Amino acid sequence: MVAALQEDQQIALQALVQTPVIELDGLSVRFGRRPILQDLRGQLRGRAIGLLGPNGAGKTTLIHTLLGFHPPASGTARIFGQDVINETKEIRSIIGYMPERDAYIAKMSCVHFVRLMAELSGIPSEAALERAHEALFYVGLGEARYRNLDTYSLGMKQLAKLAQAIVHGPRLIFLDEPTNGLDPPARLRMIKLIREIRDSGQANIVISSHLLRDVEECCEEILILKDGRIATYCNLEEERKANRKFLVLETRGDQAAFTKAIAELGCEYAITSDHRVKVVLQEGAEIRDLYRIAAAQNLQIRRLNFKRDSLEDIFLKAMENGNGGL
Amino acid sequence: MAVYEHHYRRYAGPLTPDWSRFLIIPRHAYRDIFRSKLFTAFFVACFVPLLIEAILIYLHHNVNALAILKVNVRELLPIDASFFEAFVGIQGGFAFLVTLLVGPPLVARDLRNNALPLYLCRPFSRAEYVFGKMSVVLILLSTITWIPGLVLFLFQSYLEGFSWFAGNLWLANAIFLGSLAWILLLTLLSQTISALVKWRMAASAALLALYLIPSVFSEVINQMFSTRWGHIISVDSLRRSVTAGLFGTFEAASRQVSFSGERISNEPPIWCSWFVLFLICAICLAILSRRVKAYEVVS
Repeated sequence: MVAALQEDQQIALQALVQTPVIELDGLSVRFGRRPILQDLRGQLRGRAIGLLGPNGAGKTTLIHTLLGFHPPASGTARIFGQDVINETKEIRSIIGYMPERDAYIAKMSCVHFVRLMAELSGIPSEAALERAHEALFYVGLGEARYRNLDTYSLGMKQLAKLAQAIVHGPRLIFLDEPTNGLDPPARLRMIKLIREIRDSGQANIVISSHLLRDVEECCEEILILKDGRIATYCNLEEERKANRKFLVLETRGDQAAFTKAIAELGCEYAITSDHRVKVVLQEGAEIRDLYRIAAAQNLQIRRLNFKRDSLEDIFLKAMENGNGGL
Repeated sequence: MAVYEHHYRRYAGPLTPDWSRFLIIPRHAYRDIFRSKLFTAFFVACFVPLLIEAILIYLHHNVNALAILKVNVRELLPIDASFFEAFVGIQGGFAFLVTLLVGPPLVARDLRNNALPLYLCRPFSRAEYVFGKMSVVLILLSTITWIPGLVLFLFQSYLEGFSWFAGNLWLANAIFLGSLAWILLLTLLSQTISALVKWRMAASAALLALYLIPSVFSEVINQMFSTRWGHIISVDSLRRSVTAGLFGTFEAASRQVSFSGERISNEPPIWCSWFVLFLICAICLAILSRRVKAYEVVS
């Protein structure tokens, strides 16, 4: 009996681990006739997922659609296996949302505001007050919690928004531009909080941001959107583990002949500008081979650096190509 | 996530039932509303007519008091349908003033501060939000309209006896329905204006204008066309007509003095007034369902 129960629990746990955090199933959203999101497909499983893209790429619309604010024109999405169209209420009871824009309830002290939000999530009044205090201390607003929200600075309002997003202890937290308008110390504090929540393993986080550095510091998976489509999906954690390095060469001379020759050597390459080539050395190939080929092609190598693909490179590549996928 | 521990922790305790969550909004709203001493004083003043009418009913049944006063209150002021209709009318006026003070900022404040996504990203629907905001006004107005009205009715029944109670039960129905129709209309109008006008003062002014301007226009129409159908556009006239219908004091024809002299004009039928009231309520609900959204979509 006990063994059967343990087996059941293990199966349930396995199913939970296997369930993707977010599953996009041909999701399209239109505002009037204008398509905003087009046929998004894929599964996201990371503890912290970054949504990147230029202005108007559809990051915020994707979050709003997952929250059930916009109905999909076609397709659907699932959060922890629950459908965003048919199970909106169930989804909303396990998520927290920190909006991008200034959002608060006027003429209220911060602790009162966070308590109200906890109560609306279904927490009984007394427990809500207790958790409101805890959440405000956690985000660093403990000393200012009785102050009216109207008197808060921009950075404090951001922290108050974070507190209301986590007060009910959600399984998934959507953070829309969490470091907007923060000064460097406040930004660092916000990043630290996000990483702490991520590392606690109690909640998954989705961060939408313009700031590549923020996403790079917090996220394991990246979804880059461009014109409402998925431009690139990247598992940063795996990239880091693979530790793939490449060379950046600054050259003068016939670049085409040079790249043709290094391709014959079995190396991957990418021309990033007229005088710049990225080269991934294959096993067996050495730097002296590059110099040899350069000399044969009458090409000068003026600079040679080892580099790792940064998020900026991935992002820029996605913006150039824009046809990646999961 | 205890204060001293400082780490993230999920909530695993019991949850409140879904149906009761809309009541969170009025509970928190009243804390803010009754913080104003001026409003609290005014709200208490709304119960003065209740006190006066209760005294009148008491005097009506106290032979000693009547002998001391040497006034025949029974003849001067009979306790009948008109007595309760007057009370409903007076309290209706107070209800309008309370709505003017309480109603306009409710939704407007949330819209101005982008608070709607914060409400609606939780297991809390748009309907629950609207119902919660409406209940702030509805509960407040109920305490000064039909609840004291029914208290007066029960007081009179207690003093007069069961036969009076049984024979006049329809009066209780009229008090309840007449008051409810009016406070529901006021609530919906105030919340709709609040959802359309984000600035509190402008919303209050718009509500006042909606009450006064159609009344003026209705009288102009009545005078110009020698009719009483102008009443159909006046919210106050609609209320009076509906209440009179419920209390059985509605007069289908009335004497009217116009530019062309005196003549008898027909009032719009009661069903017409009910129909217009329902129409206004339906329009208000339609506007609210369009305006109360987490985010406005620009197509």
